[in-house]
Amino acid sequence: MVTVLIAILLPFVCAALIPLLYRRLRRVTHLGWFVLSVPFILFLLLARYIPQLAEGKTFIHTCEWIPSFNINFTTYLDGLSMIFGLLITGVGSLVILYSIFYLSTKESLHHFYCYLLLFMGAMLGVVFSDNLMVLYTFWELTSVSSFLLIAFWHHRKASRAGAKKAMMITVFGGLSMLAGFLMLYVASHTFSIREIVANVEVIRDHTLFTPALILILLGAFTKSAQFPFHIWLPDAMEAPTPVSAYLHSATMVKAGIYLVARFSPVFGGEAVWFWLVSVIGLVTLFWGSFNAVRQTDLKALLAFSTVSQLGLIMSLFGLGSVGHYYGYEENSILYTQASFAALFHLVNHSTFKGALFMMVGIVDHEVGTRDIRRLGGLMSFMPITFTIAVIGSFSMAGLPPFNGFLSKEMFFAAVLAIRDVEAFSIADIGLFFPIVAWVASIFTFVYSLILISRTFLGKLQPEKIDKKPHEAPLGMLISPIILCLLVVGIFFFPNILGHYILEPAMASIYPTFPTTSELTPHIHAWHGINAELLMTVGVIIIGIILFKTLKSWKPLYRLFSQKYTFNTYYNRMIEMSENGSQKLTNKYMTGNLTHYFVYIYVFFVALIAGYFVWSDAMTFNFDKDSAIESYELILVFVMIFAAVWMIFAKGRVTAMLLNGVLGYSIAFFFVIFRAPDLALTQLVVESVTTALFLLCFKYLPDLMPELPRKRVQWSKALISIFVGATVTIVGLAVVHYDRFEPVATYFNDAYELAGGSNIVNTILGDFRAFDTMLEVVVLLIAGLGVYALTKLKPRKEEADHEN
Amino acid sequence: MEIIMAFVIGFLFMAAVYLILSKSLLRIIIGTGLLSHGAHLLILTMGGLGGEAPPVLSEGAKAFADPLPQALILTAIVISFGVTAFFLVLAYRSYQELNTDDISLMRGSDEDE
Repeated sequence: MVTVLIAILLPFVCAALIPLLYRRLRRVTHLGWFVLSVPFILFLLLARYIPQLAEGKTFIHTCEWIPSFNINFTTYLDGLSMIFGLLITGVGSLVILYSIFYLSTKESLHHFYCYLLLFMGAMLGVVFSDNLMVLYTFWELTSVSSFLLIAFWHHRKASRAGAKKAMMITVFGGLSMLAGFLMLYVASHTFSIREIVANVEVIRDHTLFTPALILILLGAFTKSAQFPFHIWLPDAMEAPTPVSAYLHSATMVKAGIYLVARFSPVFGGEAVWFWLVSVIGLVTLFWGSFNAVRQTDLKALLAFSTVSQLGLIMSLFGLGSVGHYYGYEENSILYTQASFAALFHLVNHSTFKGALFMMVGIVDHEVGTRDIRRLGGLMSFMPITFTIAVIGSFSMAGLPPFNGFLSKEMFFAAVLAIRDVEAFSIADIGLFFPIVAWVASIFTFVYSLILISRTFLGKLQPEKIDKKPHEAPLGMLISPIILCLLVVGIFFFPNILGHYILEPAMASIYPTFPTTSELTPHIHAWHGINAELLMTVGVIIIGIILFKTLKSWKPLYRLFSQKYTFNTYYNRMIEMSENGSQKLTNKYMTGNLTHYFVYIYVFFVALIAGYFVWSDAMTFNFDKDSAIESYELILVFVMIFAAVWMIFAKGRVTAMLLNGVLGYSIAFFFVIFRAPDLALTQLVVESVTTALFLLCFKYLPDLMPELPRKRVQWSKALISIFVGATVTIVGLAVVHYDRFEPVATYFNDAYELAGGSNIVNTILGDFRAFDTMLEVVVLLIAGLGVYALTKLKPRKEEADHEN
Repeated sequence: MEIIMAFVIGFLFMAAVYLILSKSLLRIIIGTGLLSHGAHLLILTMGGLGGEAPPVLSEGAKAFADPLPQALILTAIVISFGVTAFFLVLAYRSYQELNTDDISLMRGSDEDE
């Protein structure tokens, strides 16, 4: 099955070819015609496998990528990925066809189509990947390409802001998803989704199972714009309309849905999964439809409606997960119908929402605005566009004879059925599900009516629009017409879709259930007078009443002040983190070197002294202490005296002479303790250093008196006393350390090994000559540095230029 | 003797840290010198101050002072000398260019931010 591999790679290859082609083609024809061939070919390629998948076959193909880490490019084609593959390539073809007429050749088309192809390839990669790491790679690639597409008109501020927000939220979710994937890997020792599904019984009791569940859901919720992460989607409407139609209604926002469906067999039986997915989905459904009513921009209205419909699909998958809890038995088949409804609505939503976005794009393109306060009365000017809008909106509202009706009825059936489930203590709040679903459906009906009536009905307001309205060119209408035909076609022949495409996908969601045709219901447009139908009638009646009285209750929205929207919270959070980190950094990065020294010393004392205090390291062993002679004591007092006086020295010459006294005492100390070479070197170096200091004094200012406040002096004294004490403790603890023999006895054979009798010199010149070599290099570099510092000076004009 | 030396080294470090925490660049350089003195003594003392003879092979001598710390200190002395010399010239140049040796005034220009 190399086909799937080709399907993933072809868009990337073509994206790479675009810059070459663009130069050749730009004068001849629209670049889109070439790009159109890619999804179209892929659609045909994938569609060939529909019959085989319907028979229950799946296809797998592995390319080694990083086998040592279990990361391989494994593609897996089954019913579920097939649905998404067909949606991506099918809607992709239509959107590209539409964009050929929507975007003029004056736009930077090569960028547009390059990003779009990147996105398409990434999206195909997401749905066909079996390996979690590969899936994650493509997942982030969709975030990045979506970011590029939203900011396509990057000269606009709103586009950049929307792209940034979408990037922040989806990447946040993507990273948590990565953490969840890694936890799954720890639990199951495999990155392959198929193997995880097969071994789900083994990993269910692992401690990381529930954290992985929550983190993966976080990824799915942010990508699919679920409550409260939905805020990026309305802002992403700054993208060109074909992008909105493709990414933000049909494909990318469904990546999260795909993830939930894909992981249903793994997490489905868990109560956490059920509650999170179904309740968040329902809240999103309600909140999206409720907010869509107040929008005045057509695309924002559609964005909120997308949020709402995604919530519907998400909650259906949540309800369907009850089937996993019960396992396969006769009664549990009922609950799997929710998942079926979710898949069915997933397809339906892509058809009608794609058509609606394209319709809005046409209105925007031909009239010059998409603000419903300026629109109206377009019906007689744009009859075909009006028809598209009616079909799309009525399908969205759930009216017959459009496919939305069927999925809405199935949705109602699922929420009604869930009342009777005894698991997860659902029964306690059983009525919650149907009521929220019903109220949300009423709002959906209302905004669908607003969409049609405010745009096409009523009076034309010529003074408020820039162009004279007229019907769109045929090319722009082809794609929405095809989608509308599908909307109607699926209503009349739902079982073709159900049998050939949804049935294999059900097998992927419920792999442990034996016969899949049992899971696939026969969809009837007319299913008798029952609770679902009555609910729909209620939706229509109350929806019409609410729509007629819209003016009287719309002020209700003002109760939800702008201050308390999630956007405000998001902006405040970003602002707070920026200000907070700036304040924090300004607080400790003062630019004053002394402060940094204080941090270093305090940290040193806290760490070292803290370690000695808290552990048993403070065991002193003084048995081997060498004897103390009186002349040694004199030397000790001289050293301490010189060191302490140096602190209080007022003049620099005093300080220098004290330094000399100290240096020479140390040389004497070396003499006493049998280190002749050290004594020699110390004497010479001390003399040279003193001379150097005295030389420099000619060019340096006198020691300025230290006159800071008393408190500062005291804290300095305290820190230095602590450092001194710490060093003393360390010295006392490590002296006479006798767990290992010193290596010194080895050097006693210096004469045989190196031919010298001065052991220190043989170490420096023979045993450890590398040290000496590099020490010479240090001296050389220091000398060169001194030379450069004294000789080379910036010329005046250069200095000015640098500052 | 090693116990007393540990205290001497502690005093050296204390004085060095106090000088390093001061404002004057010159005091800081003197402080680093003091710090390296303390470190050298620490290395020698921690090797043990025992041993009868200096580490030079000769007739009859048996117990030498440990030669390895001495070699290490010799290297360290030379390196600290090089660094001190470089620091001094650096202080000289910075005084020449900036007309101050108060490090609390050396905070970079506004353009660095």
